[in-house]
Amino acid sequence: MSAHAGSIHHSEAPKGWIRHYIFSLDHKIIGTQYILLGLSAVTIGVILSLIVRLHLVWPNLHIWGFANGIVSPEDYLRVITMHGTLMVFFVLTTVPQSGFGNYFLPIQIGAPDMAFPTINMLSFWTTFLALIVLLASAFVPGGATISGWTSYAPLSAVGEIAGPGLGLGQTLWVVSIALFCGGSLMSAINFLGTTIDLRTKGLSLMRMPLTVWGWFITACLALLAFGVLLAACILLLLDRLAQTSFFIPADLSVSGVVLHHAGGSPLLWQHLFWFFGHPEVYIAILPAMGIISHVLSTFSRKPVFGYKAMVYSLTAIGFLSFTVWGHHMFISGMNPYSALAFSILTLVIGVPSAIKTFNWLGTLWGGRIHFTAAMLFAIGFVSLFVTGGLSGIFLAQPALDLYLHDTSYVIGHFHLIMGVAAIFAMFAASYYWFPKMFGHMMNETLGKIHFWFTFIGVYCIFMPMHYLGYVGEARRYASTESVNYMIALHPVNMFISFSAFVTMSAQLLFYFNFFWSIKHGKPAERNPWHGTTLEWSVSTPVPHDNFAGDYPTVYRGPYEYSVPGAADDFIPQHLAPEQVAKAG
Amino acid sequence: MAESHIDAVAGAAWDGGVAPFATNTKKLGMWLFLLSDSLTFSTAILAYAYVRLSSSNWPRPFEFSPAVINATFLTFILLSSSLTMVLAVAAAHRDEVRKAVIYILLTAVGGILFVVLHLMEWFRLFAEGVTPWSNHYVVNGQPGDPLFGGTFFGLTGLHMLHVSIGVIYLCIISYGFGRRKFNADHVEVSGLYWHFVDLVWMFIFPMVYLMSVSLKG
Repeated sequence: MSAHAGSIHHSEAPKGWIRHYIFSLDHKIIGTQYILLGLSAVTIGVILSLIVRLHLVWPNLHIWGFANGIVSPEDYLRVITMHGTLMVFFVLTTVPQSGFGNYFLPIQIGAPDMAFPTINMLSFWTTFLALIVLLASAFVPGGATISGWTSYAPLSAVGEIAGPGLGLGQTLWVVSIALFCGGSLMSAINFLGTTIDLRTKGLSLMRMPLTVWGWFITACLALLAFGVLLAACILLLLDRLAQTSFFIPADLSVSGVVLHHAGGSPLLWQHLFWFFGHPEVYIAILPAMGIISHVLSTFSRKPVFGYKAMVYSLTAIGFLSFTVWGHHMFISGMNPYSALAFSILTLVIGVPSAIKTFNWLGTLWGGRIHFTAAMLFAIGFVSLFVTGGLSGIFLAQPALDLYLHDTSYVIGHFHLIMGVAAIFAMFAASYYWFPKMFGHMMNETLGKIHFWFTFIGVYCIFMPMHYLGYVGEARRYASTESVNYMIALHPVNMFISFSAFVTMSAQLLFYFNFFWSIKHGKPAERNPWHGTTLEWSVSTPVPHDNFAGDYPTVYRGPYEYSVPGAADDFIPQHLAPEQVAKAG
Repeated sequence: MAESHIDAVAGAAWDGGVAPFATNTKKLGMWLFLLSDSLTFSTAILAYAYVRLSSSNWPRPFEFSPAVINATFLTFILLSSSLTMVLAVAAAHRDEVRKAVIYILLTAVGGILFVVLHLMEWFRLFAEGVTPWSNHYVVNGQPGDPLFGGTFFGLTGLHMLHVSIGVIYLCIISYGFGRRKFNADHVEVSGLYWHFVDLVWMFIFPMVYLMSVSLKG
């Protein structure tokens, strides 16, 4: 403990079951809680997208849970709103960062726990409460809100006069997101404090695993972005509950009634929301990038190609993410010069992104590649990142975006690059770290089958959406048959829906593999993948304070694979130079 | 084993095993929180600027008396409470427990006084007819922009919430420090929060009071 400057006073593991598993202060339990929360949210989110795909191709299909079994246009909007909110906030934001990050950041930097264990527990329970409030909004009079995951004003601000779900349902949505902001801010402070202060001896910044860099930069983004969204949510709540008109313009007529509001601006909401919303995209993907770099290096048995360039490009993406929010607002009305500036800045993000992509390929190049399930998902991530990134370059042009905005093209784009890519990183992380978390291996064969179904499946789902959007299929329409030209697109939608059903079914393999392997998987050794970073130096299951008081010293960078002259093809970070076995 | 080229980059402070800012992690955490909180306030202030600049009928109703006198007095109370907070932190570091507790409690009393007087002003405005959703002012022949009240009560309310939380925070700190459960660092960290809340008022005072002073006469 003396090597540690941090203010953690270490303690024995708590005895009671509640203190151990429910209100735990242990980062590993909290990380697992976050992962299970994300798994619950993603399950609901996927069921909602199943309803979307069923409804789009069979509008008259009776679905349990809806009035008369029929999904009305309002119900459809409720479903996509809930799907988006759950997935973006409670899955993509939560699992790679607060889930896997909580579990592995302290171990990878040689710390006994996070810097603020109590705040860590509070941030989880705040997030949990946010999820409960969001889910509760589906069961109040009027039901869940219909305003989409972006909750654009004035629809979200004027109250129930504007339609079903815009009363209490919308209020609960805003409360849920405000709570989520609070939880994320606490979590971000914890990640930053831990990474800055609790690195063990010898773990300089440029020896941190790229996972740690990903979580660190993401925490910076979260710290700066969620504070803004919190304020925006407060203003929206004032509009809804205190009758102010921040986001409601004068003489607005809703449902035939002229409202007594004046002076506000719906554009203000868009600015505030997207000032958060664009960094949010990177909050979802930066931890994923870290995880992917980590996994690619391990299974290529090669150091990450251009480690420093990886760090600088992560930082550059993080910085640029705060300068591009206007590209979500090209059609909202904007000075063309502003649009030009936002467009150029957006294109500039392509540079660090390309650096990362080429470095991933450079890491693979000439490696002795082990095609494990984790590695397959990591390679799949690179593929999705390139595909989704390329369509982003089109959308970044105002002239093209005017046409493609609010079409399926955008849906295809952001699902590939933000949604599915981050999900692939979560799968890679699950297969990779499962042995350390639960002491058993996941089944590799099932994992590979899961990968191929998912990989081909998501391309079959989202690639045709680019085409649909290009021909003009509008986003958020409850029916693809209400507009003449869209009827002709029905076969494509049918194809997408069937692809979605197959891909969703394939996820059952993962659920089964995950829960079955916790008890019945092959017992895992301490370092099954021959990894170099500190999480593989501790015993499995990881002891309560990670290193049992014996904190490691780090002697080298994180990815010393296939070092010439060494006996093994990996040299762990904590091995003293004299302990490294020489070849021959 | 040859050291890799990436090894000798950061200075010793960042090499691990030490806290690079040579301070305790709690204080770092508070600074990080204040950074995010400053963005929350900035957003609210930016929203105020946004709606005010785009308005043609923004009222400027405040007179020297009572509004500006009130606000100046509030500023004086808050600044004085910052002074007692500084004295509290200094006493805590000298391990003068009794003195430190008294100064912390004096700071909290300043906070309570601020909230009470500020609320009295709120109710005076309510009685006049200024609410978050409307007001009785006439500007350029039009009714005054209703967001005048929205931004006024929104910004000052957000700040008042921070002061109130600060008062509770200080009471907990003084109790804990008095019973030797907390150390001087805890007092110092609570001081950071208090000074920040004070600093925010230094933005709110000119922006919502002085910039809304009536120009006539």
